[in-house]
Amino acid sequence: MQDRPRTLRWINRRPDRAISFLLVIIPFVLVFLAYTIGSEARLAVNPADKLLPAPTQIMETAERLITEADKRSGKILFWSDTAASLSRLARGVAIAAGIALAFGLIIGILPYARTMLSPFVNVLSMIPPLAILPILFILLGLGETSKVALIAIGITPFLIRDLAQRVAELPTEQIVKAQTLGASSFAIGLRVALPQALPRLLGSLRLSLGPAWLFLIAAEAVAADAGLGYRIFLVRRYLAMDVILTYVIWITLLAFLLDLALRLISRHAFPWAEEGL
Amino acid sequence: MSFVEVERVSQSYDRRPILDRVSMSAKEGEFISIVGASGCGKSTFLRLLLAQEQPTRGRITIAGARPAREPGPDRGVVFQRYSVFPHMSVRQNLVAASALGANFFGCLFGAKRKAAQKTADDTLERIGLAHVAHAYPSALSGGMQQRLAIAQALMARPKILLLDEPFGALDPGTRITMHEFLMELRRETGMTVFMVTHDLGEGFKLGDRVLVFDKPRWDPVDPNAIGATITYDFDARDSGIPFQRLQEKTHVPIEA
Repeated sequence: MQDRPRTLRWINRRPDRAISFLLVIIPFVLVFLAYTIGSEARLAVNPADKLLPAPTQIMETAERLITEADKRSGKILFWSDTAASLSRLARGVAIAAGIALAFGLIIGILPYARTMLSPFVNVLSMIPPLAILPILFILLGLGETSKVALIAIGITPFLIRDLAQRVAELPTEQIVKAQTLGASSFAIGLRVALPQALPRLLGSLRLSLGPAWLFLIAAEAVAADAGLGYRIFLVRRYLAMDVILTYVIWITLLAFLLDLALRLISRHAFPWAEEGL
Repeated sequence: MSFVEVERVSQSYDRRPILDRVSMSAKEGEFISIVGASGCGKSTFLRLLLAQEQPTRGRITIAGARPAREPGPDRGVVFQRYSVFPHMSVRQNLVAASALGANFFGCLFGAKRKAAQKTADDTLERIGLAHVAHAYPSALSGGMQQRLAIAQALMARPKILLLDEPFGALDPGTRITMHEFLMELRRETGMTVFMVTHDLGEGFKLGDRVLVFDKPRWDPVDPNAIGATITYDFDARDSGIPFQRLQEKTHVPIEA
């Protein structure tokens, strides 16, 4: 037998804390470096280049956007855009969550509802939401309603299917046990299925936030007078890459924070569901 | 008339017979163990007793009532797993046992709620789970979870208690403690119990009778052509010693 030091297989090697941190930031640093190098190369050829503004310039623009009020309206547009977008997102997601919870529960519990609604919801979920955006604008006008509706319509079918699936997957043993304790169908829905569906709802909301942002920005791009998506598509006309990049970074940060908030809420509110999250 | 009456019950899935003309009767307060090889319809028989499924033929009556069409509070059940509600604490599980069937909403308020909580606390004290009253079931050991499940099933004061391999997932030491726990509860309540088990020793130790489910004969061409039935009915009183005292008179004849 050969007497050489045995090296671990790669599948068994795990990075320690310091190396983990390094590994996490490497891709971010690489992207930042690539951008900086590209930006410098372009600016060296043409100092007035607008496509890849220098990181320092983006910082300056961001500072101006966050602190300086718009001359005409007197409002700081960055914050009023954020407020407008977040309020649309919150309303759309809340409506979707409410509808999904109700329908997910009854489809998951009641065979009659499942037979009737499950194929219908499956068909609905095949409709590309953006394709019906014009219909929404025609029917609901160009105001807030159509944008909130697009978000709600976009994510509700997925949420319903996911919740119905989760409720239907509750162990039969639990449902039978509840029946032997004398529970009515309603009581089983309220006391057994609903509480166990809630953490799943938060989990699927986290997954739906990506599509929700997509629909929000699409709706704002088409017709709006405020909002993060609206601003990005507005300044596109002036090739204001520094503003666009600032907004993109801000949206990414908001999405990340929302995801984190939902995760913390579900961990806090449903300690019994720890391993399921 | 006997307390539990099973009359020529057959059950088949997609025309594949699982149980074939099972008849038996049990007196009130009897503890009946059910053993048999895997796939011999033990659990199917228990589901039929539970009224979770309806037999293809035959009928099951309990305490002279009409055959049940769905599980109800006259039957208590404990499964091997998932018998308690994971989203409720230990105490809430017991309160829910009183509340779920109390009204349409399955919720209790005011004085009734207080009373249910008091009962729950007393029960917790008695089954030795008072110190983990506010823990969630996932934090409990397997034995504690099953103790909770049994106590919860008994809260509804069922006429019969059905146990589907309740101790199958427990280690041998815990199993013995659980046997004592179950026997003590039984002495107190005089409950009629049906228990499916894989463990012959357990079946004979706890049961007054041990029913063996098996196929009476094998079709050499199609092993699934014939359903199982009760092939032996042992008297297992005096702690099942001697273990195999075959009672010829209770031996269920196999009809041609």
